[in-house]
Amino acid sequence: MSQDATQVKSAKQVEVVSGITVRLAGDSGDGMQLLGTQLTNTSALLGNDVATFPDFPAEIRAPRGTRAGVSGFQVQFASHEVHTPGDTLDALIAMNPAALITNYEDLTPGGLLIVDEDSFADKDLRLANLQTDPLEEPWIENYRLVKIPITKLTRTAVADLGLSVKESDRCRNFFAMGLVYWLYGRSMDATQRFIKAKFAKLPMVQEANERALQAGWAFGETTELLGQSYQVESATLPPGKYRNIMGNQALAWGLMAAAKLSSKELFYGSYPITPASDILHELCKYKNFGVCTFQAEDEIAAICGAIGAAFGGAMAVTTSSGPGIALKGEAMGLAVMIELPMVIIDVQRGGPSTGLPTKTEQADLLQVLFGRNGEAPLPVIAASSPGDCFDTAIEAWRLAAALMTPVVVLSDGYIANGAEPWAIPDINNIEPIVIEHPSEGSTGDTFLPYARDENLARPWAIPGTKGLMHRVGGLEKQDGTGNVSYDAQNHQRMVNIRAQKVANAARMIPQQEVMGPEKGELLVLSWGGTKGACLTAVSRAQKQGRSVAHCHLRHLNPFPSNLGEILGNYDQVLIPELNSGQLRMLIRARFLVDAQGYNKVQGKPFGVGELLEKIESLTSAGKAGSLSRAAG
Amino acid sequence: MSTELPVLKANDFASDQDVRWCPGCGDYSILAQMKKMLPDLGLPLEQIVFVSGIGCSSRFPYYMNTYGMHSIHGRAPAVATGLRVARPDLKVFVITGDGDALSIGGNHFIHLLRRNVDVTLVLFNNRIYGLTKGQYSPTSPEGQITKSTPMGAVDHPLNPIRVALAAEATFIARSVDSQVQHLASTLYRAAMHRGTSVVEVYQNCNVFNDGAWDYAKEKAVRADNTLELENGKPLIFGKDRDKGIRLNGFKPEVVDLSSGISQDDLLFHDEKADPIYVQILAGMRYPDFPEPIGVFRDVENDVFEDQVRGQMATATEKKGVGDLNALFNSGDTWVVPETSAAR
Repeated sequence: MSQDATQVKSAKQVEVVSGITVRLAGDSGDGMQLLGTQLTNTSALLGNDVATFPDFPAEIRAPRGTRAGVSGFQVQFASHEVHTPGDTLDALIAMNPAALITNYEDLTPGGLLIVDEDSFADKDLRLANLQTDPLEEPWIENYRLVKIPITKLTRTAVADLGLSVKESDRCRNFFAMGLVYWLYGRSMDATQRFIKAKFAKLPMVQEANERALQAGWAFGETTELLGQSYQVESATLPPGKYRNIMGNQALAWGLMAAAKLSSKELFYGSYPITPASDILHELCKYKNFGVCTFQAEDEIAAICGAIGAAFGGAMAVTTSSGPGIALKGEAMGLAVMIELPMVIIDVQRGGPSTGLPTKTEQADLLQVLFGRNGEAPLPVIAASSPGDCFDTAIEAWRLAAALMTPVVVLSDGYIANGAEPWAIPDINNIEPIVIEHPSEGSTGDTFLPYARDENLARPWAIPGTKGLMHRVGGLEKQDGTGNVSYDAQNHQRMVNIRAQKVANAARMIPQQEVMGPEKGELLVLSWGGTKGACLTAVSRAQKQGRSVAHCHLRHLNPFPSNLGEILGNYDQVLIPELNSGQLRMLIRARFLVDAQGYNKVQGKPFGVGELLEKIESLTSAGKAGSLSRAAG
Repeated sequence: MSTELPVLKANDFASDQDVRWCPGCGDYSILAQMKKMLPDLGLPLEQIVFVSGIGCSSRFPYYMNTYGMHSIHGRAPAVATGLRVARPDLKVFVITGDGDALSIGGNHFIHLLRRNVDVTLVLFNNRIYGLTKGQYSPTSPEGQITKSTPMGAVDHPLNPIRVALAAEATFIARSVDSQVQHLASTLYRAAMHRGTSVVEVYQNCNVFNDGAWDYAKEKAVRADNTLELENGKPLIFGKDRDKGIRLNGFKPEVVDLSSGISQDDLLFHDEKADPIYVQILAGMRYPDFPEPIGVFRDVENDVFEDQVRGQMATATEKKGVGDLNALFNSGDTWVVPETSAAR
C-alpha cells in the first residue's frame, strides 16, 4: 500500500475474513450518511474493494426517533472484487429503536447487532411506535446483541469541553465510528483528517469529535462485550492508482472531461431535483475549468437554455430525474428536430409522479425512448456503476457530436449515491473528440444546413460564421435546405433520415460482449445499475456448474448490432429489471424472443440471492454450458 | 478591426423565404421596420440571431437573413438566455406574442427580465390567439367575445408593461405597428440598450381581432388616445396638444392646458424615474387616459451573462485554468502495485 497509515492494531484476537457487509442506521439527523462515507473511504484506502448503498428518507429532518426518519448506509468491503453492497448484513449498528426495528430483518442470523442502549427508554420506544422493548423480544436471541451506552460514553468523553448536552450528543456518530473502526481493524487516519478539515473553524467541535472517535475505538479494545475484531485484507484490484468515486460525481467529471476532449466550454442547464442535484453542486465548483452552470427557473428553461447554448456552439448538457424529464419532453423533440448535439441525463428514481424521490428504480427507459410527440428517436445509453458514469458521460458526448443529436444517459438513484473504487484515468490517454464547424466556402458554393455526412449528421454551423446564416426550428425541414416544408414525401424522407441517423450509432458502438458460455440454457440480460447484482448472481450460478451467461447492455438505443444473434444462442432469456418489464417489452418486440422477466419495484436494488434463486429455477443443476469464456 | 464593415441595407436582412402572414397583418410593418433599423446597429448579418417561440409573430426568424431559431411555445427567452451566456458576442432578439410571452411562457418572460440578459424582446400584442384561429389571450379585455369565449372572457387581462416592471425590467417601451417611424426608432433604442429591453407593439390581427387597437392607430383619434413619451418633457397629448397629465396624490389626472394650468404643473417624463412612476404610466389605459407610447423606462443594472462569465474569469484568475488530472488525483488516493495484482 502506498499510504503510510498508522494501522491501529488490536491486542485482542483478530479473525481474518474475506468480506464484511455492515449497515449503520440511525436518525436522519444522526450523521449516518457521513459515517457511511467515512467507512467507505477508509476501507477503499486500505485496499478493499467496496460497494455502498445509502438509503435515506425524502424528508430532510423527519420527526426525530420515528421510523420515517431512519437513515441507513450499507457498505460491503472485501478482499475480493465486489459488485454489490451485499444482500444480508454481517453487522448492524442501530442508534435507536426505530433504526433497529426497520433494519434487523436484513441481519444474518448470528450477526452482530450493536445498539445504543441509552436510546431505548420508553419515550424512544413510543416514538418508534413500539409497545414493547425489542431488546426483550425473543427474536433478538437470533443475533449477537451488544448493548453499549453510546450516548453516556460519548458525553463522558467530551465532558470537560463545556459543550451542551445537545452538542455532546451530536458526537455519538463518531463514537460509533471509532467502535466500527476497531471492530474491523480500520485506520482512523482518514477520518481524523476529515474531522480536522471539516471543523477547522470550530476547534471545540473538532476536539469533541476526535475524542469521541478515539473513545469508540478504545471502548472496543477494552470492553469485554466484544471478544475479537476482524481483518479484511486488500483486494486484488488491477494495478493502478485509485480513488473513491460516487455516481453523480463521476457524471460531472465525465462531462468536464468530454468538454476538455472536444475543446468546448461546458454549458450546463439544470433545475434542482433529487437525486440529480449533486451533479449541479459538483459542476458549479469548477468554473475555472470552463464550466458554466445555469440554474434555470424550471426544467423546461434548463433544457431550452442548453439548446440555445448548443446552437451557439457549446457542449450543452441538462440533467434531471423522471419528473423533470417529463417536462423536458417537448424541448427534447425540438433538439431532435433541429439536430443539435447535447447530453440529457436522467438519474432515475421511483415513480410515477413524485413517487419515491430518494429511492432507486429503472422505470424511465420507455419514457426516454418514446416520451415525445411524433417520431423523435435519440440514442440512449445507461451507466452500470458509479465509476462507469464517467465513461458513459464521455461516450454520450462523443455520439452526440458525431451524429448531431441529443443523447440520453440513464443513471439511477442507486449508482448516483453509491460509491466504488475508481482507477484514475489520465485525461491525455483518452481519445479526443474531434468537432469541426464549417466556415464559408468549406461546404461548397451553397451552404445547406441540412446536408448529410456519411453518418447522416448535418453540419454544425454556428452563429458568427460569415455567410452561413440559416434558421432552424421545430417545423418540418426541407431535406437539405432546412427550409420549412409541408410536403408529404419530404416529411416521410425526413422521418426516415432522423431514424436512420440514430440507427447509425450502432456503427460507432462496440459489439455486445457476453460473460459465460456462447450457447446454453439461459442468458441473463440486464442494463443500467443492476449490473453488479446480475453479474455476481450469474458468476455464482456458473460456479455451481449451471449453463448460464450474462450480457449487460449499455446501449439501449440503438442496440449493439450483434444482440439479436446472441439472444438466439440460448434456450431462455431472463431480463431482471427494477421496473415491470420495460426492456423485456423492447426485446420481445424487436427480436421476437420470448424473454422472461424478473421484476421488482420496491425502491431497492436487487439482492444477489433473489437473482440466483431465479437463475437456479430456470437452469438444470450441475450442467456446464459449452466452453466457458471468462470475461467481464 | 482593420476591415471595414460593408454598409448594409434593409433588403440585405431579408431571407429568401416568402413571407406568409395574412395580407394586411400588422406583422409586416414590424418586419419592415426591423429590417430598416438593423443597419443602424452597424453589425454584420452573422452576428445577429433571432429567437422566437410559437405563434404568428414567431415565424419572424424565417424571414430574416441572420441566424435564427423558431423554438417551442413560450420558451424563446430561455433559449436566448443559454445562447447569450454561451455566446456573449452575439446580438440576440427575442420575437414573441401576447400568448407566447404572457401565457405559456410567462415564467421564462419574468425570469429573463429579472436576470437582465442582454437581449431585445419584441412582444407583438394583438390581444388574440391568431395561429390557433381566434381564442382569447391573456391581454384580451374582459368581456371579449372570441371563439373560446362565446359569453365573453371572464379573465382579468395582464398589462405587459406592469409585468415587465414587476420583474425589474431595465428597458420598457411601447409602440404601434402602423406608426412606422416611432416603431423603428423605438426598436433602435431597445436594441442599443444593454440588458433586457422589452418593446410591446400594438399589432393588429385583421383576421381574428380586427380593430382592437383602432383607438391608438386611427389618424382621427390617435393623438387624443395616445401620449408620446419624450424624456425630460411634460406629458402633453391631444390633436392640438392642449391636454396634459398631472399627478393628484398617487393618481394621474387629465387636465386641460387651456384652462390656466401651465406645463410646469404637469408630470415630466423621466426614463430613469422610480418604478412607482412607471406604474402610474402603465396604469393609464384607454378610454380614461391616453396610453403612453415610447420609452417608459431605461435604467442600468448588472447583466446576467456578464456576471456568469465574470465568475468564470475570477475563478480562473484565482485558481488558474483547471487541470483535470490534478482534480482526479486530489483527495484520498491509493496505489495498487503490480505485485499485488499478481497475487
